[in-house]
Amino acid sequence: MDHWKHVNNPYDDDKVIDACGLFGMMDTSGRRFSGVDAITAISNMHERGNGLGGGFAVYGLYPQYAKHYAFHVMYLDEAARQEAEALLQDGFRVALAEPVPTRKTHGIQDPPLVWRYFLQVRAQNGQKLSHDDYVLEKVMQINTGVRHAFVFSSGKNMAVFKGVGYPEDIANYFRLEEYQGYLWTAHSRFPTNTPGWWGGAHPFNVLDWTVIHNGEISSYGINRRYLEMFGYHCTMQTDTEVIAYAVDLLMRRHKLPIEVVAEVLAAPLWSRIEREDEERAAFHTTLRQVYGSLLLNGPFSVVIAHQGEMIGLTDRIRLRPLTAATKGDMLFLSSEESAIRLVCPQLDTAWTPMGGEPIVGSLNRPLGKREPVAAALAAT
Amino acid sequence: MKSYLPPRFVIDRDAERCIGCQVCVRQCSFDAHAYDGEDDEVRSYEENCVGCHRCAVFCPTQALNIRLNPLSYRPNANWRPEIIEDIIRQSESGGVLLTGMGNDKSYRVYWDHLLLNASQVTNPSIDPLREPMELRTYLGRKPDMVELDPASLSLKTQLAPQVAIDLPVLFSAMSYGAVNLNVQESLARAAAEAGTLFNCGEGGLHRKLHKYADNAIVQVASGRFGVHPEYLEAARFIEIKIGQGAKPGIGGHLPGGKVTQDVAETRMIPAGTDALSPAPQHDIYSIEDLSQLIYALKEATNYTKPICVKIAAVHNSAAIASGIVRAGADIVALDGLRGATGAAPKIIRDNVGIPIELAIAAVDTRLREEGIRNQASIIAAGGLRNSADVLKAIALGADAVYIATAALIALGCTVCQQCHTGKCAWGICTTDPILSKRINPDMGARRLVNLLRGWSLEIKEMLGGMGINALESLRGNRLHLRGVGLTDRELDVMGVRLAGR
Amino acid sequence: MTVDTPSQRGLAVRIDANGFHYRELNRLIREAVAKGAERIDLHGVYGQRYIATNLRSGAEIHIHGTPGNDLGAFLDGSRLTVYGNAQDGCGNTMNDGEIIVHGRAGDIAGLSARGGRIFIREDVGYRAGIHMKEYEGKRPALVIGGTAQDFLGEYMAGGILVVLGLTLNGGNGHTASFVGTGMHGGVIYLRGQINDYQLGREVGISQPNRKDRAILSELVTQFAGHFGFNAEEILAGRFVKLFPLYLRPYGRLYTY
Repeated sequence: MDHWKHVNNPYDDDKVIDACGLFGMMDTSGRRFSGVDAITAISNMHERGNGLGGGFAVYGLYPQYAKHYAFHVMYLDEAARQEAEALLQDGFRVALAEPVPTRKTHGIQDPPLVWRYFLQVRAQNGQKLSHDDYVLEKVMQINTGVRHAFVFSSGKNMAVFKGVGYPEDIANYFRLEEYQGYLWTAHSRFPTNTPGWWGGAHPFNVLDWTVIHNGEISSYGINRRYLEMFGYHCTMQTDTEVIAYAVDLLMRRHKLPIEVVAEVLAAPLWSRIEREDEERAAFHTTLRQVYGSLLLNGPFSVVIAHQGEMIGLTDRIRLRPLTAATKGDMLFLSSEESAIRLVCPQLDTAWTPMGGEPIVGSLNRPLGKREPVAAALAAT
Repeated sequence: MKSYLPPRFVIDRDAERCIGCQVCVRQCSFDAHAYDGEDDEVRSYEENCVGCHRCAVFCPTQALNIRLNPLSYRPNANWRPEIIEDIIRQSESGGVLLTGMGNDKSYRVYWDHLLLNASQVTNPSIDPLREPMELRTYLGRKPDMVELDPASLSLKTQLAPQVAIDLPVLFSAMSYGAVNLNVQESLARAAAEAGTLFNCGEGGLHRKLHKYADNAIVQVASGRFGVHPEYLEAARFIEIKIGQGAKPGIGGHLPGGKVTQDVAETRMIPAGTDALSPAPQHDIYSIEDLSQLIYALKEATNYTKPICVKIAAVHNSAAIASGIVRAGADIVALDGLRGATGAAPKIIRDNVGIPIELAIAAVDTRLREEGIRNQASIIAAGGLRNSADVLKAIALGADAVYIATAALIALGCTVCQQCHTGKCAWGICTTDPILSKRINPDMGARRLVNLLRGWSLEIKEMLGGMGINALESLRGNRLHLRGVGLTDRELDVMGVRLAGR
Repeated sequence: MTVDTPSQRGLAVRIDANGFHYRELNRLIREAVAKGAERIDLHGVYGQRYIATNLRSGAEIHIHGTPGNDLGAFLDGSRLTVYGNAQDGCGNTMNDGEIIVHGRAGDIAGLSARGGRIFIREDVGYRAGIHMKEYEGKRPALVIGGTAQDFLGEYMAGGILVVLGLTLNGGNGHTASFVGTGMHGGVIYLRGQINDYQLGREVGISQPNRKDRAILSELVTQFAGHFGFNAEEILAGRFVKLFPLYLRPYGRLYTY
């Protein structure tokens, strides 16, 4: 099992280390739009990557299969595909199976086979577990059990496209200009110890969560061990994987809202908590006492997305950059402001959020003409 | 019977420097110096010298030097001098050889084979003097998740009681009787000033120290000395002592000579009698009994204080710790092979137990594998010597550490291992009223606070170097450790990689 | 790129930066300066880094768009004007010259600056003015029209930081924490409300005296001139002076 560990981390380092560029844009009214701007923006931040990884997450791109789990799977060979598809047929009703359309692109070498499947959980199989947990289990099963097969996207009406290459080349390879979505995130990668492995690029996906991440988490060792106690297998040995599982645990399983999750991952300092009123101080103290092992220490900025929401967050002493901006219904998040300006020169607002302060774009709260709402529970 | 034992030490007195002031005579509590009135000379009685350095430190002209007696035995890797002399001593007394302080044998010190990480390039180090660096630690049982009221988003979860300490170092148990009240008061004051706790050990909590209750840990040990409702009320948390690293599995024996009137009053036994702590706690013969006692104490304190269970680190520590956590303990204290004591049989001190480094790793790993690591905090003890040892213990999995030997060294102890005689010349491990005065709580507290302050600053520097600004991010984070000069199996048990890998 | 040689005195050059990699763009700028250009207009700047790095000329460079990180790093004498926002590292280790930003700047503005002046019309991010230095005649100044985020003036060793708070609404005070942490030289003049707990342990707070007022007047007048504000109105506001309490704030740290 865990053979991808050796591919992802061939020198068996403590973990995969990378530095990167992030971009995200979301139309909070739900209107779908082309990926051209996201692609332009992430390519503009060329310096932040080194061509060894690029990726995109798109939400709302498969409206005709909105109720199906959309699996994107990469295979290193045909045999892997046969084996994986047998497993999928076994557990799911397969509405459609086809290769993801691509075009030959200079800069994309030795791509794996990439197929997509639109699946529904067979009634009898989902009995003991919720459908989501069943899908999680099946994805784990394929990723750890089928040699040379890797499921890298498995949410509903959303998908990840990624690989080894500059993001603009990945976008061109996967013909991303042909898709429409209401939320796009993009990532440009600069790995230090994982050459050439398509699965190692960001975004990292679990169910409909995607995470793109810039920075290195010094608390990784304990974050991972803590998550393993709750049944997560950290096969990729990346910070991004740990962040995705942390968000899945806290938001999906423990049902905490994003504002509270931000206060776990980027916990307020004791010096600040001490100045709060009694109730809030007790609340924040409890969060740190219970979830101390999930504090993400070290520099990070992340853009996390799931159905209906895009979230930007930086570490509590803001060691990595993140600029937020709005224009009408559109919310932008970017490592550098210039990338936003390039695709949208006139902005309504542009600012850098404080360390630990989440910026949330939500279909439930379209921006319209209103001021953007930073996390409701954040103290000012 | 004439003793066949040669003196352990030789006292060099520089005749030119000696001014005959007799400070050494007055300071030595072992009668190694005496003044000969007729010859107007200070003489040495080396057979009494224990090598505690009190005389050498206080001699105003540095006229004294203490050396190991160079009387040579024929080299013998098996029959080492100490082993030969133990047999001689035993054959002259017919008793169990007693000693004090911790295991001094050359079992591997794993701390000296573990190295800490530092951030370079891919992750910035953090500047602890200018940017926030958080050492605060909460000891107590934690739930797996928090529950919020869905409408108001306010907290529904009620946490079990937590105890906050400002740095991850606490003073370990040293009982009144093993040490004197001045030492305990020094520890109490220093704990209060530094924002941590002191453990009053199994001798009860003297009235005078009740005002430091906010910083006190009280013990419920096998002798149940001084355990009464006020005592339980006084504490920040209560420690059920099953065992200690210096003497796993056996009871305690405070010699009658150290049981003064005051000690007697606090322990509620007759003065001059030996204070006996039974080997087991007589109401704990199995794990479910432990659970019973834990909940008895929780009931007695109305569930307002965490209950800690202290065990010596032994062969099945992982399984035992798991049982203790499931029995309801909020904190588990592990005391390793090198833990110190006021008195213990030498053969047990030196041959029973396992090193704390391996125990922490084994317990932390086991609790995580069973998914119950959140349910109790782990405090590690047993010969931790400096701030690097503290951080290594935390990286292996401890929430905090206990120190005792280091604290006593701060007060003047030179680890001469004579605590069991009650004649400590430094005034530490003695209840003799005259000797006890040699510890002034004002100065003692100051020295201890200095120690904790120095360690605190060092810990912050090292954490910052690793790119971490909150201690919880290092706890159990084995990736920040590497081993050198260890076997693969040793590395495996600790979950630590070889340096370079 | 279009090169104009207008009839007016002084060679002026216009460069359309769109699509240019920073290496090419900066080469063009250096070439233009070598040829004697006294004014260079850059248009369509989106994220190109290191613009005017180490530039020593007396040239004026006007930047339209959003320059990338490290604008004017190691700047040694030119004057840069940005019509838009600047990103991180603006004036990084600057030695001389002037940077004027009609907008915001990102993190570490003026990091380790040793001379010259930076004027930012609006807010800045984290660690503005970190480790600024000064020596005898060389005294850098960073003037921020709005407010700053945390670690403002972190271990300043010299220089002048001015924060005017003009973007704060109504009675709102500055919200930065750890202001001046590690400060052991230099001075910060802050207009607007700030609390004790927001300051580093090494920072003292007092009222500006006559000499301070003179310095402030000069800098605020320059600021007002660049951005069209009324200097008197700004100077009439309530200023505090933040200064280092100790020359050796960590003298008691080490044991020999």
